[in-house]
Amino acid sequence: MSSTAPATSPESHHEHTQPSSHPPAGVHSLWRLRGYLRRHVPALAVMLGTSLGGVGLSIAIPLVTKALIDGPIADGEIDPVLPLGLLALALGVLEAMLIFWRRWIQSNAVLGVETDIRHDLYEHLQRLPMAFHSRWQSGQLLSRVTTDLSSIRRFSGFGLLFLLINVTQLIVVTGVLLHMYLPLGLVVAAAALPIIYLSMRFEKRYVVVSRRVQDEQGDLATLAEEGAVGIRVIKSFGRSRHVSEQYDDAARTLHATSMDKVRLSARFWTFLEVIPNLAVTLVLLLGALGVGRGDLSPGTLVAFIVLMLSLVWPIASLGVILAMAQEAMTASARVLEIFDAEPAIVSGTETLERPRGHLRFEHVDFRFPDQHDDELVLRDVNLDIAPGETVAVVGATGSGKTTMTALVPRLHDVTAGRITVDGVDVRDLTLPSLRTIVATAFEEPTLFSMSARENLTLGRADATDDEIAEAVEVAQAGFVHDLPWGLDTRIGEQGMSLSGGQRQRLALARAVLAQPRILVLDDTLSALDVHTEKLVEEALQRVLADATGIVVAHRASTVMLADKVALLQGGTITHVGQHSELMATVPAYRQLLAADVSDSDALEEAPA
Amino acid sequence: MTSTPVHTSTPDPRDPGNEEEPFERASQQDWRGVAGDGRSDEITDAVSIRLRDRSRRLLGDLLRPHRTWLWIVVGIVIVENAARLSIPYLVKEGIDRGIPPIRESGETGTLYLIVGIVLLATITQAITRQIFLVISGRIGQDMLFELRRRVFRHFQKLSPAFHDDYTSGRVISRQTSDVDAIYEMLETGFDGLVTALLTLVGTSVLLLVLDVKLGLVALLCFPFLMLLTNWFRKESAKTYRVTREKVALVIVHFVESMGGIRAVQAFRREDRNQEIFDDINHQYRRANLRAFRLVAWFMPGIKLIGNLTIGVTLLYGAYLAFHGEVTVGVLAAFLLYLRQFFEPMQEISQFYNTFQSASAALEKLSGVLEEEPSVAEPARPVPLDDARGELTFDAVRFEYVEGVAVLPGLDLQVPAGQTVALVGTTGAGKTTLAKLVSRFYDPVSGAVRLDGIDVRELDDETLRRCVVMVTQENYLFSGTVADNIRFGKPDATMDEVVAATTAIGAHDFIVALPQGYETDVANRGGRLSAGQRQLVAFARAFLANPAVLILDEATSSLDVPSERLVQRALKTILRNRTALIIAHRLSTVEIADRVLVMEHGDVVEDGSPDDLIASGDGRFSDLHDAWLESLA
Repeated sequence: MSSTAPATSPESHHEHTQPSSHPPAGVHSLWRLRGYLRRHVPALAVMLGTSLGGVGLSIAIPLVTKALIDGPIADGEIDPVLPLGLLALALGVLEAMLIFWRRWIQSNAVLGVETDIRHDLYEHLQRLPMAFHSRWQSGQLLSRVTTDLSSIRRFSGFGLLFLLINVTQLIVVTGVLLHMYLPLGLVVAAAALPIIYLSMRFEKRYVVVSRRVQDEQGDLATLAEEGAVGIRVIKSFGRSRHVSEQYDDAARTLHATSMDKVRLSARFWTFLEVIPNLAVTLVLLLGALGVGRGDLSPGTLVAFIVLMLSLVWPIASLGVILAMAQEAMTASARVLEIFDAEPAIVSGTETLERPRGHLRFEHVDFRFPDQHDDELVLRDVNLDIAPGETVAVVGATGSGKTTMTALVPRLHDVTAGRITVDGVDVRDLTLPSLRTIVATAFEEPTLFSMSARENLTLGRADATDDEIAEAVEVAQAGFVHDLPWGLDTRIGEQGMSLSGGQRQRLALARAVLAQPRILVLDDTLSALDVHTEKLVEEALQRVLADATGIVVAHRASTVMLADKVALLQGGTITHVGQHSELMATVPAYRQLLAADVSDSDALEEAPA
Repeated sequence: MTSTPVHTSTPDPRDPGNEEEPFERASQQDWRGVAGDGRSDEITDAVSIRLRDRSRRLLGDLLRPHRTWLWIVVGIVIVENAARLSIPYLVKEGIDRGIPPIRESGETGTLYLIVGIVLLATITQAITRQIFLVISGRIGQDMLFELRRRVFRHFQKLSPAFHDDYTSGRVISRQTSDVDAIYEMLETGFDGLVTALLTLVGTSVLLLVLDVKLGLVALLCFPFLMLLTNWFRKESAKTYRVTREKVALVIVHFVESMGGIRAVQAFRREDRNQEIFDDINHQYRRANLRAFRLVAWFMPGIKLIGNLTIGVTLLYGAYLAFHGEVTVGVLAAFLLYLRQFFEPMQEISQFYNTFQSASAALEKLSGVLEEEPSVAEPARPVPLDDARGELTFDAVRFEYVEGVAVLPGLDLQVPAGQTVALVGTTGAGKTTLAKLVSRFYDPVSGAVRLDGIDVRELDDETLRRCVVMVTQENYLFSGTVADNIRFGKPDATMDEVVAATTAIGAHDFIVALPQGYETDVANRGGRLSAGQRQLVAFARAFLANPAVLILDEATSSLDVPSERLVQRALKTILRNRTALIIAHRLSTVEIADRVLVMEHGDVVEDGSPDDLIASGDGRFSDLHDAWLESLA
């Protein structure tokens, strides 16, 4: 989980911060999210009003009790019993109604806040560029839209309210107690101070240890994840015991820390219960003496004790609420981290009415945002692809082919130079129009847990059945018709699982279906067997006849789809030409594509 | 402040006014598509409050080692509650018996005595509570530790076939959210429940002891409490289920759209995604709202019953006191007890939620733990110290789906040290054959033998030492590149690691990484290309030095020069070991001593590559021609 990327990692000095599990948080973090409360102001007012009313009632009821005991019982009058008793009943009913009203209003408001923030987070995240997403694992993002939002909800709904109410109740009740009988009131007030102080201290320590527990749970989750995703590798190497021991160690550490937490909170809760009881003892002693001497009435003593006990919960929960506040602050800081990430890739304003698909790379440099200036992935890439032309990009592993193709639909932006479509810089085009012109079939295809149709029409929601059938045909993905519910079958992690080759063919069909002017095939056929590959290539010839194409290729067979070849070496294009031409004249090219082992052995032995 | 999203006043689907309107969009099921129900393990069948047998068995199993301590805890908790409950009673005594002597003669001895006892009760309560919390906490943590361990180990033991079906996502959530749910219950719910129950029982008894009439009136609330709680329990079980379903939808959609953000952006999927997300986000909110509103009825309901009880008791108590039938002290004690009585009731709503998620979690975990590995460890393993690597398939039949044989009855003999290439179309059974050797599956009938010993008779450790499989899946574990390579041989020296990477041509790219061999793949691993990851996986396998090496499409992501390097390395590396190589690309076949062409689970051609090509009319020779053509 997020604990694998500590804030002090060596990357942190780069311009883009790594996700951190505990970013600096404070009241200001919460304050910045206040906008979400704005439309719930009336609800908040009702909540506050009803709560304060509740506090008033919880004070009034013991006072009625006191009147009942001191009046009718002490004086031997029966008449006021009924009205006073009914008053107590009425107040009790009113209190319940106020609580109901508050909770009813509250549930709507706090869930509204949570839902709104989640909506905005999702919206923002979808706009953030690849550079952001490659740094943040989806798990880290997920904990922000679930756990963190719950913390914020809890605090903005309950914590904040009760913080206000409890403090009010504390002050008012103490005032009432002081007024009732000063010496006893002083005892209570004196008892409250150390509790508040210690609650706050406890809360600090508690936050520290809870955080450690959280982090260690995260570590454990990471190990669980590796044990699950890597199970086949673990099995192949017979390393189950090794990983199990690793897991045990981490679980043992967590156990120890959790015990620290248990001990700490045991001490605290005990303490919280003991102090009021001690106060009761003292109040009983002094109060009884006072009643004995006639300084106060028995009714007052009873009311006093009842009122005092009503303070136990507000005081005890103060620590919890403060911990909640702390948690909510951290949570908002973590959420704000996402909101603060600027979408580095912003839409331009121009659109192309009738794009021809003339693609040009002009002196393009590229490095990833967290890389040093001298670590260019691409430098001075120049390439001109005429409308309808198809270029194969050939290069060794890690030479930057995939990166180069990602620049066209602006999944990343160039560091220097520019890329143009029909003479317009891609950065000047609106993102939707640019990404309508360009479609990519990725080597590692992403399938979503949705119907096959939804997966296919990713780039063109309005595609007709005929168009889908045609794209499926081109990509040799006819297997989708044989799925249990045909195109309506859910695929992906939560549905039918497909083989690597099937997934690639779907991804290809998806790109073809988008009917782009510029089609990018990023080594899309690597998982296909020779036979299927051949069929796909034949069909692709037709598609590429119209569209401009960039084909990343590892194999000579794929290169044959292209009109010309660009050789990418060390991040720059060194040669452009016909396949046969490059085969004959460029040894590096030949080495990349000539797969005959004995032949190439001879080549390598020759001086380069 | 500027970057905080601003709310516009334009109408949006999140308007809280629409709350109660049905929000089921027709499109919902459309995009999700249809899937068989068997795969879903969300609680589709009602989570009943009764724990199922296997959950109970697991719970009993986990509790058993702590039996003695549990009894001690029970003893302690009873003492603690007795001490706690005695305090209001003592207050009553203080008022009724302590005050009169003072009034009459100024004699304070009785009062002091009672106050002394209260003090004693307080201290007893403090000490026992502390002990209770620590011991029950320890028992809980020990159980969790044991549960975590068991579940992890069990998942490790279960066969790949199980994992294929179960998917890693579910394996992970079993070990995270499910265990956390149990943790939650142990941490908060347990203490609350025990206290609530003991308070309930203890208070009732005390009230009756204090004054039967008044006590009976106070206990009139019982049936109402029962009704309310029962209603709440049933309703919250329902809402809980819906909430879980909805949150699962939110999570899946969120994780997938963020994980696949590249495709999302490249295909302008943002708007449709947002539409879907808003829909399920809203559904989740509605489900939550229902749950919250349930509590909004329940909590004030309890409060109402409590207040009415207190009011009626007060009224009746005052009446009785007026007639001298009860004392002021008794009335005071009643009021204190009733407060204590209703407060824990409020926590029950909290407890139900944790209890429900915990019991659902326990249900799923116990289900997993009772899953038997389909590939079982032998009871009496046969020792095999130095495998030569001879493989025999003896009438091996295998089927994934009953009745549909992938391998109908394969007979095959691979002498030690031979390099065999498996060729054939998808579905011919090549991978299945490999997985039988590495015992990811067991044959339905027949036997696979290593050096004449049925692989089912070898213990896992021995088999894995002898047979290693490298697949397309190049999973890298968190840690450094070197750690990942050492995964094949944990005690390997750095020299051995470098030797392995050099042999397959991975050394150069590794030293070019920011921290060389010490580069953390978790942070930068995303930037290792598929080919580079494959090279690391190769190095890992070579370092493991097995007698039998299986390569299943292991070079598919490599570019030609890397593949060539790997192949050249293979020539030396495979010299003294048995190898099964599966590849779509025929280039790999060149280094094989023998080629097997498979079709529908049978070997249709068998011979040295040269012989097969020379024959000129076989399938392999055709394939080879086609391949040569593709290179031109």
